[in-house]
Amino acid sequence: MDFGFCLSPSSHVKMDSVDLTTFNRLKETNPDLNTCIACGSCTATCTAGHFTEMSFRRILLMLQRGKEDEAKKMIQHCMLCGKCTLVCPRGINIRKILLDITR
Amino acid sequence: MNSQIFHPFVLPFVLGMAFVLTYCVVGLLRVIGQLPKDDRKKFWRSLVTPKTAWANIRDLVGDCLFHVKIWKRNPVLGYMHTAIAFGWFMIIVIGHVMLFTLKPLEGIELQGIERTLPNFYYPIFFKYFAEETPIFAILMDFFLLMIISGILIAVVKKIHSKIVGVKRIMHFGFADNLIRFALWTIFPFRLIAEKTNIMAFWWLYSIDLMVFMFMLPFTRYMHIPTEALFILLRHAGLKPREPRKGYALAQIYSCPSCGLCIDACPMSVNDKNSGNTSAYFMKRLRNGDREEAQRIAETCMQCGKCVAVCPVSIESCDIKMSQREAVPYTINSDHSYLDNVEPETKGNAKVLYFAGCMTQLTPKIMRAMKQIMEAADEKYAFLDKDGGVCCGRPMLLSGKTAEAQAMMAKNTELIKQSGAKRLVLSCPICYKVFKEEYQLEDIEILHHSQYIDELIKRGKLKVDKNDLNYVYHDPCELGRAFGVYDEPREVIENIGHLRKAKSEKELSICCGGSLGSFNLTQQERDEITTNSVNDLIFNNPDEIVTACPLCLKTFARKSPVAVKDIAEVVANQLK
Repeated sequence: MDFGFCLSPSSHVKMDSVDLTTFNRLKETNPDLNTCIACGSCTATCTAGHFTEMSFRRILLMLQRGKEDEAKKMIQHCMLCGKCTLVCPRGINIRKILLDITR
Repeated sequence: MNSQIFHPFVLPFVLGMAFVLTYCVVGLLRVIGQLPKDDRKKFWRSLVTPKTAWANIRDLVGDCLFHVKIWKRNPVLGYMHTAIAFGWFMIIVIGHVMLFTLKPLEGIELQGIERTLPNFYYPIFFKYFAEETPIFAILMDFFLLMIISGILIAVVKKIHSKIVGVKRIMHFGFADNLIRFALWTIFPFRLIAEKTNIMAFWWLYSIDLMVFMFMLPFTRYMHIPTEALFILLRHAGLKPREPRKGYALAQIYSCPSCGLCIDACPMSVNDKNSGNTSAYFMKRLRNGDREEAQRIAETCMQCGKCVAVCPVSIESCDIKMSQREAVPYTINSDHSYLDNVEPETKGNAKVLYFAGCMTQLTPKIMRAMKQIMEAADEKYAFLDKDGGVCCGRPMLLSGKTAEAQAMMAKNTELIKQSGAKRLVLSCPICYKVFKEEYQLEDIEILHHSQYIDELIKRGKLKVDKNDLNYVYHDPCELGRAFGVYDEPREVIENIGHLRKAKSEKELSICCGGSLGSFNLTQQERDEITTNSVNDLIFNNPDEIVTACPLCLKTFARKSPVAVKDIAEVVANQLK
């Protein structure tokens, strides 16, 4: 039955039971990831972000909250143009990290 | 001279020779068999086409025999290689010529097999079996001494390479060291054997030859027979499709591991990275070390300098690309959103301007281009004023051809809809892929430096000359890839004074920002940038001018002098 409204599912994340394997693996292979200040420059310049929801900053957040599938779905939009890497004020090799997530 | 036609010491040589010849024939059939069908057809056709046939002969003589390209690169190394390779070749040739002048040996009647048998080893061990005519004897000694002089230079190069102008040399494993030792000793042994006629040295000489020939297929010296085949395949206009099959295989075995690309590679500025150069990549592939080859392929910046300096013209960048394609990244790309992208401009523009992703990051180039096109009174339109679809080259560089083709199809559609007949690009990365991969039949593709040069020459653009000294940096994808060296320089000469960089044109050093590399960290890139900047400001210019938004952004981080794009400089000097 459609009431024209519904209850949205809880967005509560139980941090104790989150699976951080991918995120930890990433931090190990790309230690520069630790220096991210979540400034969002990567998202602001993203070529794919111009057309879609694509945002590297959100991808990192999703991984930190164990939402790996969502993150991988978002990466599918990436065009690998490398602008994010170029503008990162911390010099993080973002394009490599994106590729490593799915590896 | 000994009056006999056979001695057991020739056996090691004959065995070695038989092995090498068999291996080469099998290898030749394997390479040709692995070529895709249309490539093979192309190859056969190129052998009988007069133009390619002539190029084949020219390069076979010029490269295989006289090593012209090494001479051009470094005359000392040129002499070293020519002395050994050409000297050896001449000794073999003269040996065979002498065979015809040979009178029947005294007291021996040669019949049947006895008449043909000596043909296989007489030219190699001539002095032991027969008398040389004096003129040939002098020639033989001359070439033998020439070889030994070459070997002396090689020994010096091994001990202290800087004397011959080489900073870094290859480091070899056991097999390569052993065969090199065999090569170095073959000729001194031969000289001693000929002059003293001591049996032990004839044996040593023959065994040395055998060691050399048995190890040849498994070491870098395989380049001796393979290079000839590679030249023929190269002129047929083939592209390596798989990293270790067919054409690529011929290239892998043609790499002599001379290491000239190690000094040339921008990554070598850090000694730790000199193992990521093309010479080592080819060696890894030859040894079948796929994992390491893949890592090097992904680290490479694809600047193409190793190809420019290679004395054998090995297309290592293309092979690295095929290696990337063989093991692509596992993103399941979904670019279906591209279908909804609408063209920004439809109309009667004559010139279509595509800034590209990188230029979006440097809006001053876009502004300058707008100013220039307006000053020249051109009917223009922007294809991606507020961000467009990526040209597809970064996707290609990651080895995902199908995804790249989807982007290219979208861009092609947008460009054709605009109705313009000229496409001006600001980014050499885009320029390369538009020139090489796009199917834009009747649309002229120009980089903005070429476009500005043309506007100035046609008198549509008037500029003032100032007193500043400029140095021009050749972007890899514009210079080495397409030879666009003169147009930007001519533009700068209209604006100010052009100073020379230390390394220019095909030797220009990558800025370090290249999209080609996936693995380099920011620190490693910074080292490359600093080295490249120091090379550019060698003659104390006031400003560095480049024609690539990526170079511009990369240099700006590290340069002590101002860095500008060529469009910016021109826009500032408009009348």
